[in-house]
Amino acid sequence: MTALQGLLRKEVFHIRRDRRTATVLVALPVVQVLLFGSAIRTDVDDVRLAVVDPAPNHVTLAFRNRFTAAGVFRIVAVVPRTEDLDPLFQTGTAQQAIVFSHDFAVDLGRGAPARLLLITDATEPNTGSLLQAYAEAVVNQWASESDRAGSLGPARISIVPQIRLRFNPTRASSNLFVPGLMAFVLTIICALMTAISLTREKETGTMEALLVSPLRPWEIIAGKVLPYLAVGFASLLLVLVEARFVFAVPVRGSVLLLLAEGLLYVLVSLAFGILISARTSSQRLAMMGVFLTTLLPNVLLSGFIFPVESMPAVLQWISFIFPGRWFVVIARGIMLKGVGVEYLWRETLYIALLATVLLAASVRSFRERLE
Amino acid sequence: MRRILFLAQAEVLHIVRDRILLAQTLLVPMVQLIILSNAATFEIRNTPIQIVDFDRTSASRGVVNRLAANGHFQIVDTTPSLARVEERLLDGSITMAVVIPRDFEQSLVKTGLASVQLSVNGEKGSAAGIVQAYATRVLKQYAAGVTRPAQPGGPDRLGAAPPRIDVRMRSRYNPTLNYKYYMVPGILVALMTIIGSLLSAQNIAREKELGTLEQLNVTPITRGQFIIAKLLPFWVLGLIELSLGLLIGTLVFGIPVRGSLPLLYAVAAVYLAVAVGIGLWISALVDTQQQAMFVTFFIVNIYLLMSGLFTPIDSMAPWVQTVTFINPVRHFVAISRAILMKGAGPAEIAEPFLILIGTAALVLFVAVQQYRKRAA
Repeated sequence: MTALQGLLRKEVFHIRRDRRTATVLVALPVVQVLLFGSAIRTDVDDVRLAVVDPAPNHVTLAFRNRFTAAGVFRIVAVVPRTEDLDPLFQTGTAQQAIVFSHDFAVDLGRGAPARLLLITDATEPNTGSLLQAYAEAVVNQWASESDRAGSLGPARISIVPQIRLRFNPTRASSNLFVPGLMAFVLTIICALMTAISLTREKETGTMEALLVSPLRPWEIIAGKVLPYLAVGFASLLLVLVEARFVFAVPVRGSVLLLLAEGLLYVLVSLAFGILISARTSSQRLAMMGVFLTTLLPNVLLSGFIFPVESMPAVLQWISFIFPGRWFVVIARGIMLKGVGVEYLWRETLYIALLATVLLAASVRSFRERLE
Repeated sequence: MRRILFLAQAEVLHIVRDRILLAQTLLVPMVQLIILSNAATFEIRNTPIQIVDFDRTSASRGVVNRLAANGHFQIVDTTPSLARVEERLLDGSITMAVVIPRDFEQSLVKTGLASVQLSVNGEKGSAAGIVQAYATRVLKQYAAGVTRPAQPGGPDRLGAAPPRIDVRMRSRYNPTLNYKYYMVPGILVALMTIIGSLLSAQNIAREKELGTLEQLNVTPITRGQFIIAKLLPFWVLGLIELSLGLLIGTLVFGIPVRGSLPLLYAVAAVYLAVAVGIGLWISALVDTQQQAMFVTFFIVNIYLLMSGLFTPIDSMAPWVQTVTFINPVRHFVAISRAILMKGAGPAEIAEPFLILIGTAALVLFVAVQQYRKRAA
């Protein structure tokens, strides 16, 4: 039996003896994907609407009904003056308000332009612009219908956009976010696993024993990475099953390719944890390191919630070093678009390169310690 | 009181002496704030689109020019090939393809009605929705600007009637739709939470590991004093963090401060008590730093992603929305945005503030109870 096999056996014992931790490590990503998959969404299907109607009558009432009939809007308050809107917006009771002018009905009857103000809480600009578009659509719909009713309208032309939403026709948020979520959750758990397992050896002093053993630096790294690769892969499988059956995310491409890419991604995350632990002296610093580098940057720079294309150029460059950014593209590509390796080789190569660099750097920093 | 101060002093020394820890707690979060606030945006600028103009008439060129002049779009390809569109959608190099059919102009002249196909890359998520809305608006504007030429023999319908409803739009609180105004307060809260809960959880767990907790237990210091002394430095650290973050927010990002700062600090003080209280609770439950880290990590993760910090609460599944009520981060994020951006006063934030106060009392009480049990 070679030294490497011995180390591998020892690591497997570590994992198997502590069943509870192993279960937690495998189950944690599943639980997180379940929670966050239901939480991270951006669709807007319930708008709390306030109405300012200084002179309510059948015209404005009919108009209000237009909004509620659209299915998305829910009127939460009707107030007489615009100033009354402030507290509604500030407490978040209302997200949007329609303000009728005092003479709305009269103007409309005369054919004069009837004034209507749409106020939107744009604190969150994305939701803000969506709400504006929704409300605008309701008003436009009304306008075009009444145009048609008064048959001798102006000679307007209309261009009808036929919209085809490719790859995600139902606009299901989970189709978009669950693949990204997998990347996010797996990185953290994998990086933490290896980071801890190495620094623990340092803290308990057994690292010295490993270093004086005939094991070469790359063998130590391999011995640490391989067993956790299995744990990480088990996690990946469960998360994929969950994505498919709980969130009904399609897998249009090759499942085999997805698994292979997932394994590569688990490897790069483990390598990242190894590097951090090789560079730090205590569990505390290692964990803080993993924490600070994976949590927020991973959410924000991987493109899993916020599109990479929208970021300033500098940040797009920084995002290159986060493997998650590439895996999100791969996972969405295989699951939603059904593309094969011919479209994804660049991303795959990049992750592979990153894994090699990280592992080489960890081996190096071990060698330095030996001298 | 003197005992508390002594112990707190020891704690401060621990933090200050550990350079790396100090850098991790003060420097790294601020750097993250500066960098990450730029990343969190759904803004659409220069979205790559492809134009497939099968018509090649003055009408279709008018549409193309409108799209090009819009500023949101960057036309990267004009190859009139649908196969090319498919390929580009698949490799992700365009977000939308605009396909103008061959009889576009003719149909406009004859019937006043024509269609344009927009193929949007749904993989791009909410960006896809916004791009599609922009394109639809451009088409509408173009159509409104063109009057149909009179058809020989048709009814004479020259001259546009005045619009019947004059709609004005107003974006309250963030008229320039600047994402940073929205994200900076949120990310600041996230960093305060991470530092507050994580450090305090880890700190006491470390004393347990080292065995120095036993030593403290045999000193005349009472449990209450011990807990206050342990948590005070992290509580202050959190407030320092908030001040630094606000400074960076206003100076670097120009975020508005419309409401009262003392009110914000009052809420922050209560919130930090919750954050360090959770840290204490965790440290009482676990034996090692490693466990403390794991548990904190898990909780903070849930807290942040389910707080409405990145994606709106209103969009979450109904059961999740209910769950988020017990999430203190949710309330503090909402309050700080309300105070900073909307200028909300005490009356408007009363409800979430009261929830926070209640949570603080509950968490600290439970944590102290738990701590007693373990130490006894």
